[in-house]
Amino acid sequence: MCLAVPGKVVEIMDAGDIAFRRAKVDFGGIRKEINLAYTPEAEVGKYVLVHVGFAISVIDEDEAQRVFEYLKQMGGLEEELGEVRQ
Amino acid sequence: MKFVSEYRDQKAAEQLATAIRQKVTRPWTIMEICGGQTHTIVKSGLEDLLPKQITLVHGPGCPVCVTPIELIDKAVAIAKRPEAIFCSFGDMLRVPGSTKSLFDVKAEGADVRIVYSPLDALKLAKQNPEKQVVFFAVGFETTAPANAMAAWQADHDGIENFSLLVSHVLVPPAMEALLSSSNCVVQGFLAAGHVCTIMGFEEYFPIAQKYKVPIVVTGFEPLDLLEGIHMTVGQLEEGRHDVENQYARAVRREGNRPAQERIAEVFEITPRQWRGLGEIPASGFQLRGRFRKYDANLRFPFEGEPARESPECISGLILQGIKKPHECPAFAVKCTPENPLGAPMVSSEGACAAYYHYGRRQNVQPELSGPARR
Repeated sequence: MCLAVPGKVVEIMDAGDIAFRRAKVDFGGIRKEINLAYTPEAEVGKYVLVHVGFAISVIDEDEAQRVFEYLKQMGGLEEELGEVRQ
Repeated sequence: MKFVSEYRDQKAAEQLATAIRQKVTRPWTIMEICGGQTHTIVKSGLEDLLPKQITLVHGPGCPVCVTPIELIDKAVAIAKRPEAIFCSFGDMLRVPGSTKSLFDVKAEGADVRIVYSPLDALKLAKQNPEKQVVFFAVGFETTAPANAMAAWQADHDGIENFSLLVSHVLVPPAMEALLSSSNCVVQGFLAAGHVCTIMGFEEYFPIAQKYKVPIVVTGFEPLDLLEGIHMTVGQLEEGRHDVENQYARAVRREGNRPAQERIAEVFEITPRQWRGLGEIPASGFQLRGRFRKYDANLRFPFEGEPARESPECISGLILQGIKKPHECPAFAVKCTPENPLGAPMVSSEGACAAYYHYGRRQNVQPELSGPARR
C-alpha cells in the first residue's frame, strides 16, 4: 500500500489553487495525471515519487548516486587490495 | 525505469552483501517495518545473500493486515446498501471479514469498485449525485495526505454524497508497542521509507534513544534494503543507536511540510485497534472538526454481529515478528491467497502472501512442495 513509483514530470497544468495543481508524469512510457499539491518545487524534467495519484517527493538526483559512488570506491579498494595481494 | 532498475543490479547487490559479511561478527535480528520491504526481501531472495548471523523479521507495516475485522464487517455492510458505491484500493477486497469479504458481496451484486486514488472516488461522487460514494481510507502516513486531500477537496467543492471509512494507522506508536513488549526480539529497525517521505524522521530519535535501538530509514529496492541492513549492522557492531537515512533521494529529515499541514488540518490523532496487535494509544488518524461530516462511521450507523476472527490464524504473532509465516500450521495448507484465513495472506504487502508467492515455503516444508533439497 505504501508503494510509490518514480516518474518524470513532462507537463504542469496550473489550476489556480495549489491544491488542484496537476502534472502529466511519465512512468517509463505510461503517462498519468498526478496531483502536485505536495511538491510545489516540482518542475518539468524532474523526477517525482508518486503514491496513489499524488507526488510526495521530488527525487534528489545527487543523493540517488550516493550508493553507486560508495560501491565504486569499494570496488576500487578491492582492486587495490587484490593488486597488493598479487 | 530510471531510479528503479539501477537499484536492482545483481553485481552491486553482491558487493553490498560482501560489505555486510565483512562487518558482521555476531548474530543480529533486524526488523523491516514495511510490507513493501518484506516483499522485496522475499521476492529478491535477499536473505540468501546475507550472512547467517543476520535474521530479518517482518514488521506490521501492512495497512491491509492491521485493519480490524470489525471495520471489514462495517465496510461489507455499507457496500451492501443499495444507494452505495463502495470504493477501495484493490488489496482490501479479499480480506476476510467475520463471514464475508468485499469481494464476496461484489460477486453478490454490490457496487464495489477498485480505484487507484481517493480522488477517483471523489470524481465518482461528482458523477453520481444520487449515490453515496464511500472510500475505504486505509493506510499509513504515506497515504494520509491523499485521503486528507480527498476530504479537503470534497469540502471545497461542496460535495455531500462522499464519505471516508477511515482506518489510518501510524508507524512510530506501533514500533514503541513492539519494543516495550516483553517478547521483543528486534535489535535494529529498517524504518519505512515512504512513511518518512511524508513525516520525516525526527520522531524516531527519542525511540532510538529510549530503547537503545538503531533505526535506519530505508527504501524499497534490493540495493536500498541491503544498504539499510549494512548501515544497521554497522551501528549494532559499533554499539551505536542512532537514526540514519539510507533513502535520502526521497526522504528529508523534516519530511514533506505541505503534506503534514494538510494532514493536520483534516485529521486528528486517535487510539486505534490493530488487527492482531490490539489497541495502541495515539496510533491512528480520524477526521476532525468540519471534516467529520465525511466520516462514514457517523453517516452509516452499524449494528452488526460481534466480529469473529479465524481461531487458526496466527497473524498477530506474524505481525510482531515472533513467528514466521511458514511456522503457522495452516500456512499453504488451509490458508492460501485464494482462501485466506487472515489478512497477511491476502495483501500484496502481507508477509504470508510474500512467502507463498515467492516460494519461501519450499525451504521449510519440502513435503508439500516436492522432494527435499539436498
